[in-house]
Amino acid sequence: MKSSRRRFLKIAGISALGIGAKPVVDLFAASGGHREAPEAKVYKNEKALKAKQWAMVIDTRKFKSSKDLEPIIEACHKIHNVPKMDNKRHEIKWIWEEEFHNAFPLQEARFLPERIEHLPFLVLCNQCENPPCVRACPTKATFKREDGIVLMDFHRCIGCRFCMAACPYGSRSFNFRDPRPFIKETNPKFPTRMKGVVEKCNFCEERLAIGQAPACVEASNGALIFGDLEDPGSPVRELLKTTFTIRRKQSLGTSPAVYYII
Amino acid sequence: MSNEKKMFDGGKVIAGLIVFVILATFPFWYNHGKAAPIPEPKLTEKAKTEKVCILKKELMKSEHMQILNDWRNTVVRNTNRIYETPEGKRYDMSLSNTCLDCHSNKADFCDKCHNYVAVSPYCWDCHIEKPKETKE
Repeated sequence: MKSSRRRFLKIAGISALGIGAKPVVDLFAASGGHREAPEAKVYKNEKALKAKQWAMVIDTRKFKSSKDLEPIIEACHKIHNVPKMDNKRHEIKWIWEEEFHNAFPLQEARFLPERIEHLPFLVLCNQCENPPCVRACPTKATFKREDGIVLMDFHRCIGCRFCMAACPYGSRSFNFRDPRPFIKETNPKFPTRMKGVVEKCNFCEERLAIGQAPACVEASNGALIFGDLEDPGSPVRELLKTTFTIRRKQSLGTSPAVYYII
Repeated sequence: MSNEKKMFDGGKVIAGLIVFVILATFPFWYNHGKAAPIPEPKLTEKAKTEKVCILKKELMKSEHMQILNDWRNTVVRNTNRIYETPEGKRYDMSLSNTCLDCHSNKADFCDKCHNYVAVSPYCWDCHIEKPKETKE
């Protein structure tokens, strides 16, 4: 007798719990499915340039002095709203110049040809095939796209600067200050960045998406050659077939996609 | 007689209580009946002639934040940049270049509601507000 009452109470208790839980569960289920908008259809732009691994060849034989590089750097920094900071420590750069011994420290020779010794070399993000910055990023703000571009999702960057420590080329800059006051002419079609995010060259992915070559390539009068590294018929591969090139710090294993003709 | 409970300083206490209640409820009766009206975002001429946004007005009102979030992800992560509406119209998925092209009046369009509901989205930390050319 005693034990059956005990059982009765147990079952009653569990059933009461079950009945009580249902509305709560329903409520959670309802609040989760917030969307009413119909499933959107999205497409790629038909004009977009496609590749498996975008790459660039820089023909440094065509450059004599900083004057030749200026319009190229200007073209990039202008359309991407890159600020011009006077303080070197706050500097933001997507594409800039570097001397041979800084750009290629592992290839340094005891005696360099006169032409090369103080020739400014154009350097930018190498869009590595094996990018260390992507591995370092804790939020996946930096990622490698299917076309090989190492891209940043600025929305997602928390400014930890691990990627800057990971990048062996110094291709990344951190916004220590609000960049807006330091941009002379803003391009309203491209966002600026905000204080506390890292930024770098994006291989003009916004231009590739509408079928245009990167701004630096366009401004270079043929000194920069752009194409698909995986396509044997691309201009980049054609050039690599006939000309000897070097890459920055190859021995690190990052496999840069920017090649230099010296 | 001895049962009767006596309040010390009754007058002062009650007066104090009344003053306290009046002060504590002051914001409620002072603002009574003049609640801020629900803002009606203003449309630019361009938006007016366009008549419909990418989706119905009600959906845009309730879902634009999700839509913008989806757009951001598909554009940046999946390189899809074209959005097709249920009616089959295509748009470039871009806050700076598509949304703000019609809705170039941030102060009268975006800010009005955002201020009313006290949200401050960080879109404009990076995306550039259109210059105020519509103001004549």
